[in-house]
Amino acid sequence: MTQPTVPPTLDLRTRAGQATLAFAGTWRLTERLPRLDAARRLIDEAPDIDRLAFDGSALDDWDTGLVTYIAGLEQVCRERNLQCDASGLPQGLTKLLTMARTVPQTGTGAHKMDASPSFLARLGSDTMDLVQSTGEIMEFFGEGVIAFKRFLHGRARFRQSDLWVIVQEAGADALPIVGLVSFLVGVILGYIGDQQLAEFGAQIYVADLVGLATVIQMGALITAIVLAGRTGAAFAARIGSMQVNEEIDALRTLGISPMEFLVLPRMLALIAMTPLLAIYADLLGILGGAFVGTVVGGITLSAYLTQTQQAIGWNHIIQGLIAATVYGAIVAASGCLRGMQCGRSAAAVGDATTSAVVTAIVFIVIAAAVLTIIFDAIGLS
Amino acid sequence: MSSADQPDQAAPAPADLARSVPRGEPHVRLQGIALGYGDTLVQQDLTFDIRRGDVFVIMGGSGCGKSTVMRCLTGLLPPRSGRVLIGEESLWELPPDARSAVMRRNGVMYQGGALWSSMTLEENICLPLEQYTSLAPAQIRAIADYKLALVGLAGYGDYYPAEISGGMRKRVGVARAMALDPDTLYFDEPSAGLDPLSARRLDELILELRDSLGTSMVVITHELDSIFTIADDAVFLDADSKTMLATGNPRELRDHSPIARVRAFLNREPGLMDRG
Repeated sequence: MTQPTVPPTLDLRTRAGQATLAFAGTWRLTERLPRLDAARRLIDEAPDIDRLAFDGSALDDWDTGLVTYIAGLEQVCRERNLQCDASGLPQGLTKLLTMARTVPQTGTGAHKMDASPSFLARLGSDTMDLVQSTGEIMEFFGEGVIAFKRFLHGRARFRQSDLWVIVQEAGADALPIVGLVSFLVGVILGYIGDQQLAEFGAQIYVADLVGLATVIQMGALITAIVLAGRTGAAFAARIGSMQVNEEIDALRTLGISPMEFLVLPRMLALIAMTPLLAIYADLLGILGGAFVGTVVGGITLSAYLTQTQQAIGWNHIIQGLIAATVYGAIVAASGCLRGMQCGRSAAAVGDATTSAVVTAIVFIVIAAAVLTIIFDAIGLS
Repeated sequence: MSSADQPDQAAPAPADLARSVPRGEPHVRLQGIALGYGDTLVQQDLTFDIRRGDVFVIMGGSGCGKSTVMRCLTGLLPPRSGRVLIGEESLWELPPDARSAVMRRNGVMYQGGALWSSMTLEENICLPLEQYTSLAPAQIRAIADYKLALVGLAGYGDYYPAEISGGMRKRVGVARAMALDPDTLYFDEPSAGLDPLSARRLDELILELRDSLGTSMVVITHELDSIFTIADDAVFLDADSKTMLATGNPRELRDHSPIARVRAFLNREPGLMDRG
């Protein structure tokens, strides 16, 4: 059984210009230690003293809680030009105080961040960050183009086995989740269409709505967003951890370009796999719509499919495939870029992963808007 | 598997740690190198030679920039000024392709091994050979197995880096660094994180490899036991003055260096360090 502890107390006695601060009880970090202000007030209230002594004879137990308290009191004494006498404290404690005082301060404190920089300072540093980040993206893009050129000339150095593993992970392994999400989005679109079109008795056009929306944009978009969260994040985490473990340095010192060895196979795999996954997503989306059309709308399956077939043209399919290819490249590039930019800590890997997903989704949405305008301008839509 | 390095126990102890390879010509030469990251200067005015066949130690206290110097010598960090001559070629003035070719004549063992975690140990050693030789896959595997056996890890080819102990990972790091039979092998803190016996065995491995292959070894360390065991020549880097304070054989520097700070470091005397 543990003994009950005596609470820490503080008492100031004054005699002939000298004050003695007596510590009693248990001065441990786990106790409710008095605030330094309490001692400061006692000292300020004492009449005409030029010297402060500490008395630790009534202490039961102490730890660094008392050491830091005394160090704070020494500071108070310095501020008030009081002489400080720590000889009445336990020997171990005075030794600890001396140790802390004698260690030279090697840090300059210059590394400390300014807690509240001014608006202009923030604007300046944010602008510099933006310039640097744009530069890094351009550099990455340039290196990517060089790596791709070397690939076309058959001189890129990467392992084909890696490429197939990534194709498998990014492609085949994503089928269930891409399929499920696409089917459900097809169902949602089908329901919305059915509710609106039923008012006009035109439920058969649910097939047009679901088919066109899915093939032109939704199939590719859903695939890309699922891949951004699933594969892009995995790319960033994998390459980021390689950065932390110096594995990328090990490649570089061998003269192997990480751009060719790590980034190129990932780009190729996603550029090849995303359109295929998008076609699969289109089919599942149409099936989702068909499910609603037949079960809720009362249309026969063959009528629904015939209507879908009539609504969708090759131009729509090509739009969807071009979009999917662009999105695939964006997801792979975002994942690899953030992985390559990763710092050398566990936290940096987490940041890289988050950033990869955010970057990919933002650029996918921008690309979707730009592509829609381009397709319209060239008369593909 | 236990974390103990079982294969280490089978490693033969060398009968004599004295060098059996004659000292060669300087083949890595640093001329007025200054290094830094961003606004921070790490080291400057570094001028020293590394001779062929030597075990050369880059030593100094924690944070003095030893690893930064290695990053410059192995082609990862360009110097702010100065030249690194490898043979007759100035590493950082070469076009990228030629620099890659020079870098391939180096092997590097990183502090944690830096093995490619998605590959088996054998594949780790095969990769450089696959990329830079036209050998048949069976020959490449045979060479990889031989290199694994050289570092006392025969039969471990099918393991993944995560399945072996830290000491074993370092040994595989050495085997991979030796894959292309480099002219110079670099070791970043080889004994960090190892028990004294494993650290000693790694030192012995460094000497054995130097003696049998004639490879120059550049070792970054602050472990005095290791320094006195393996070093033929050394440079002492200082964090405060941000430059080198001495070069020479560590035993001679310990006893006769005119610089108190260097003597203090090599004699484990912190008081002298502060005054130096």
